[in-house]
Parts: sequence; structure tokens; C-alpha cells
Amino acid sequence: MYKYDEIDQAIVDERVAQYRDQTRRYLAGELTDEEFRPLRLQNGLYIQRHAPMLRIAVPYGMLSSRQLHKLADIAARYDRGYGHFSTRQNLQLNWPKLEDVPDILAELATVQMHAIQTSGNCIRNITTDQFAGIAPDEIIDPRAVAEIMRQWSTFHPEFALLPRKFKIAVSGTKQDRAIVQAHDIGLEFYRDSDNKMAIKVWVGGGLGRTPILGSVIREHLEWQHVLTYCEAIIRVYNLHGRRDNAYKARIKILVKALGIDEFRKQVEAEWAYLKDSPNTITEAELQRVAQYFTKMPYDTLPAHDASFDSAIASNPAFAAWVKRSVHAHQQPGYRAVTLSLKPHGRAPGDATSEQMHVVADLAEKYSFGELRVSHEQNLILADVRLSDLFSIWEQARAAGLATPNIGLLTDIICCPGGDFCSLANAKSIPIAEAIQQQFDNLDYLHDIGDIELNISGCMNACGHHHIGHIGILGVDKDGSEWYQVTIGGKQGNDASIGTVIGPSFAAEEMPGVVQRLIDVYLQERTEEERFIDTVRRIGVAPFKAHVYAKKEAAHV
Amino acid sequence: MSNLILGTSIVEDEWNLVRLPVLGEETVRKQAGKVVLFKLTGEKTYSEEQIAATVIPATGKILAPLSLWIARRGELESRLAAGELAIWLDTHEVLADLVSAFDDINQLPLIAVHVERFADGRIFSIGNLLRTRHGYQNTLRAFGDVLRDQLFFLKRCGFDSYLIRADRSAEDALASLKDFSQPYQGAVDDKQPVWRRVSRQPASQP
Ligand code: SF4
Repeated sequence: MYKYDEIDQAIVDERVAQYRDQTRRYLAGELTDEEFRPLRLQNGLYIQRHAPMLRIAVPYGMLSSRQLHKLADIAARYDRGYGHFSTRQNLQLNWPKLEDVPDILAELATVQMHAIQTSGNCIRNITTDQFAGIAPDEIIDPRAVAEIMRQWSTFHPEFALLPRKFKIAVSGTKQDRAIVQAHDIGLEFYRDSDNKMAIKVWVGGGLGRTPILGSVIREHLEWQHVLTYCEAIIRVYNLHGRRDNAYKARIKILVKALGIDEFRKQVEAEWAYLKDSPNTITEAELQRVAQYFTKMPYDTLPAHDASFDSAIASNPAFAAWVKRSVHAHQQPGYRAVTLSLKPHGRAPGDATSEQMHVVADLAEKYSFGELRVSHEQNLILADVRLSDLFSIWEQARAAGLATPNIGLLTDIICCPGGDFCSLANAKSIPIAEAIQQQFDNLDYLHDIGDIELNISGCMNACGHHHIGHIGILGVDKDGSEWYQVTIGGKQGNDASIGTVIGPSFAAEEMPGVVQRLIDVYLQERTEEERFIDTVRRIGVAPFKAHVYAKKEAAHV
Repeated sequence: MSNLILGTSIVEDEWNLVRLPVLGEETVRKQAGKVVLFKLTGEKTYSEEQIAATVIPATGKILAPLSLWIARRGELESRLAAGELAIWLDTHEVLADLVSAFDDINQLPLIAVHVERFADGRIFSIGNLLRTRHGYQNTLRAFGDVLRDQLFFLKRCGFDSYLIRADRSAEDALASLKDFSQPYQGAVDDKQPVWRRVSRQPASQP
């Protein structure tokens, strides 16, 4: 992974000094709340229900063992001994003290980390596929360009105060796992007819209050122009995006208001001036950064491992875990492993300091000292030998990190919601926990098979509920908490936005509602169908009928 | 004590700011979304009454609003020729109107951009465009809700003068011009991104 040189280090060090002074001025009353707000937000610091929340950047989800050990220590020392991995592949601390934040940032800087632009109206952390560099269906490893973009977007002076937040995702695989269509800018890397690295550029996607999938603004962009092209897009947005209404300020609203053709015309006109300007990436710079993302020094291994095969045959629990948690790899004899942060009955995405130390040690011992955070809020060891899987499983299981539910109903994607977030309409974690309890039977979960369930506590959609096969959204009705349910959403190349099935439900109804949706699926599915396939084939109506029939019957 | 920074020093302001008077219930359109509307509908930012009611000082250097120049150019031509005219515009005004209103914007010794709320980042694009697209070479000033925590960005976007908000210290603000020693990206003040500026070698053990 990328390692800082003295230039990178100077930037994070100077940032710590700058933010320390800003905090000092705020505490001394030299900055008003309103003036301090964008400054702290651009350093990932929210003021939440109980305490500030600090969001630490994990660029495109990559972490080293050393960094994770440090995060564990910070969580223990400045927080309550745990952290929350978010759908943006970042780590959130829920209880730091405002006056401790400069010290936390100084600690982070010692391991080449920061909280820069993890919030606020600026270019946010760039996200990508958690299997970048190892996925068998990968065409291009997008991480070198993602790192170049991270540097370019860090304190980009022209885009320091945009109308609203701005999210960029990159992907270089056949199957999109980075949800490029749901970002302000989505960059889909491919090889063009000359076998050169090129980018299909999506713009104006986003979830939130007005969920819209992106439109293609350019089918073919040569990679060296990616920064100047993004500058053209963001400049048009910076000048013309709405600033009078926060709900209408995202780029998607501008793209929709102008129409993609007019928007493209304005961007291309702008780009005509910017193209080939000094921010054009040189081959040398790409090479410099790409050296940090070369293949790991793998051993040459056979495609099979006898000890692994016999462990599978003799140990059903291990076999069940492998089935869900172990993923194909480009390199023979190697696999990627997902460590579940979704044990039943715990807040999805939470990890204790002890667990972080365990994962950091596992990564050190078995996976070249690196790991990744997925946007599904789990941790990934990306480069593991087949022969090590059994030991990893045993150690992960002892630490509560081996729930064999990856990709199943209880692998719930869930925002912090009303327990922590001051923007929430409703709690989300207790809903996730109740659903996990309702389906606390692994055989049954395996029978239901692949399904994604996403929960957001409000329409900001941090839990990406619109693209969950089942999506749950917290809504406020007369001051009490209700939940609206959508089905048929999906991430990936054939992404779709879910359809609302009808009036919302009370919290205690939610496990039953999910149960009835599953009942319809189990009854209607054909041999090969996943939940989403059945919804797409038979439509929303049968699900709706069953859910509300029961509801009315119960209320009579 | 002056609150005006020019370059890296505090200087006296020799320009006399001319404001458009606020008349009655006048609503000034200032949001970006509305700018799109202006372009579509041709609505004006300031009313004719406001412009007509503006008093132009008879002598000295004046910093006049763009709309005043456009509407009452005849009264200001001689001042321009004498080097006594500078122009200011708001972040919601259309830059093309400024550029097309002069044969050469470098006739102006000073252009100032007014930012009503510090969080309005349009000022950065405006500065950038004035310098890079329109080749403006003289003093470019930010005024209004100008605070030290935005100075570094303003400088990088081509501003070289900042009128710090009256209740804040310009002296303190000077420090923020040096927040970062080696920024990553090319911008107006230094067009080269860091990888063209210095030789960056990969760390010995990638
Ligand atoms: S979706 Fe809403 S409630 Fe959940 S974390 Fe985001 S803002 Fe908070």
C-alpha cells in the first residue's frame, strides 16, 4: 500500500498544527460556532447526541497492521474501547472529547493517517472495491489513480467550500463493487480498443433524499486527464450548484436541472481550457505511485491444499464459514477472507480495541501486514494462503469475528442512527439487532442465501438503504419513530433503486415484516433465484400483499 | 489600524468602496441556483433604481460595483483612464459580464470579489478564472466575510489581497497564509503539482 514520503508527512503534520490552533481559537472564543463548524467538519468532527463523533479517513479502505493497532489504542485511550467502521470505509469514534482531537490527530499522523475531508462540503474520501488488486474479475487495479486523486483532492483550494459534500468512487472490475453509479463522480476503469487504461465517467449519482443513479458524462477518458476532467466537472458544480437549500445542493440536482447533455456541454467547454494543464498526470507519477500497489511477494503454490480440503470435509462449522467468508483470488493457492463485524445482536460495523488488535495481528502474520475495510462494514484479509485458513478461522472465531453470515441476511449494512447521530429520525442499530435475533439460525440463513439488507436512520442514507435488496429507512411521524421499507434495490452494474412497499411500520413490527418478505421469496423462488431475482421477476405486488394482509388481519 | 493585507503585509486601503444603496424591500438574489435562473431568464442582480441612486464620489480612487460600470459607464470612463477606477463584483454575479465590459480587464488596477458568507466557495473559482482564463494580472482582492482560515485557499486561487473582516485581526491572519509548505496540487499561485515541482522518489521499501 501507499507509504508517505516527507511531503505527505509534512502535510499531515502541518494539518495537525493548523487544527490545533483552530481548536484553541474556538475554545478561546475567537471563532464562533458557525465559523468553527466547517473547520471541524473538514477534519471529520461532528457534534453528535452524546459527544463529538470523529471520522478517521481510511483512504480507499486500505489499512496496515500498524495503523490498525494505533486505531485500537486511540479507541481505548480517547474513546470507550471501540470504533465503528462505516459504509464509506472509514472509522468513526463515537465518544472523543473535542479538546482531545488535536492530540488524536497527532497520534494518527505518526502512522500516516488523518481525518482530512472526511466530512464537510468538500471532496470526501475516495472509495473503491475492497478486493482491488486481487479480484479475479479485475481489469485494472484503480488504487494508484485513487491515491493520486486522494493527494490532488487534499486541500484542493478551489473546491474547499463546495455547495455540498462530494463523493468519488473508483472501480476497475467487471462486476462493480464500488457503487460507482451512486456517487457524485464514479470512475469506471477499463482497457480501450488500443489496450490503454481508460475511464468511463459517471456523474450525478447519489442516494440521500433524492436517490438518483448517475449518468455517463464521458464514455472514454484517457487516464492522464482524470484530474483535469474532474476539475472541470467540479468547477461547473461549484459555480452553479445551489447554495440556498442544502437538500437541493448536491451535484445530482444540478445535473438533473440542466439535463445531462447541457451539463456535459458546460463541462466539456470548461475542460477545453483545463485539458493538458499541469495537473495532467505524467507517466512517471503514475509509475511512482503504482509501485506501492504491485502484487504481493506471493509464493508459488498449488491450486489445492490437502490440509484445507480435509478440514473442510471434517469440520462443518469451518466449511460453513469458508462458504460465506472466503473469496476467490487472482493468485493460485491464495484467498481473500472477510472477517465479520456483524455478530448477531451487536451494532453492525463495530469493533472493539481488542478485536482490532486481533485483526492487526492476523494481518501481520498471514496477509503481508495489510487489510481492507469494505463498504459493507467488514474487515478483509486480502492475501491469505489456503493452508492458513483454518488457523485464521480458529483465531477469528475466538475473537467473535467469524460469524459465517457474509452476504447473508444478518450481514446488515447499518448507519449509527438515532443512538448516536443527531440527524437521525429513528434508531437503526436496535432494528438490525432485532432482525439478527429473528434470523438467528445459520441453516435457515444459508437457505435464504445471498441477500443485502440496508438500514439508514434518516434520508441522508448513510446505510445505503435505496440499494439494499431490502432497504429500511427511519422516518419521523409526529415525533415517533417509524420505518419505511423498500425492496428491489441493488448495487453493481445493474444497479437499481428500491421501491417503497407501502405505509411505514413501528419498530417492533420490523422483524416480522422482514420475515414475511422472506416467506414470499421462499415460496415463489425458482431453484437458482436469489431474493433480488425473485423481486425483479414477480414484482413488488406479491410481497406487498402478503406483508399488509397479515398486518390488517392482525389489526382487525 | 488597517485590516487590509496586500501580499504578506498590512497596508492602508487607498480605494474608496462604492456600494449600491439598499432601497426599501429590495431582495437581492444571491444564490447560485438563481444564477442559473438569471442566465435562463435574463433577470438582473440589482435593480435600475439602486444603480441610479448610487452616489459616485467626485474625486479619488473608487472601487465601484460592476453593475454601476455597466449602467453608467459614461460617468466613469475618465476615472478609468486616470487609473482611479477599480471594480468589485459579488460571487453570484456572472464573470463573463465583467470581462465583456472592458476592452482589457488589465486596465483595472484592482478587481475585488465580495463574499457575503465565508462558506461561499464560488469565490475560489472566480479568482481562478480571472487569473487563468482571463489573464488578469493586477491586484485581486477578497472582501466581505473574509476570515483567516480561508486565506491559504484564496491565495492559491490567485488572490493577493484580503480585507479581513473588521472584528478580526489581520495581523493574526497573516500566519494562515503559510499553513502548508508544499501543497499537492497545481493551482493558480503555483501551477505545478508537487510531482512536477520536486522529485518524489518512492520510499526505499514500498
Ligand atoms: S443515515 Fe441519517 S441517521 Fe444514519 S448516520 Fe446518516 S445522517 Fe445519521
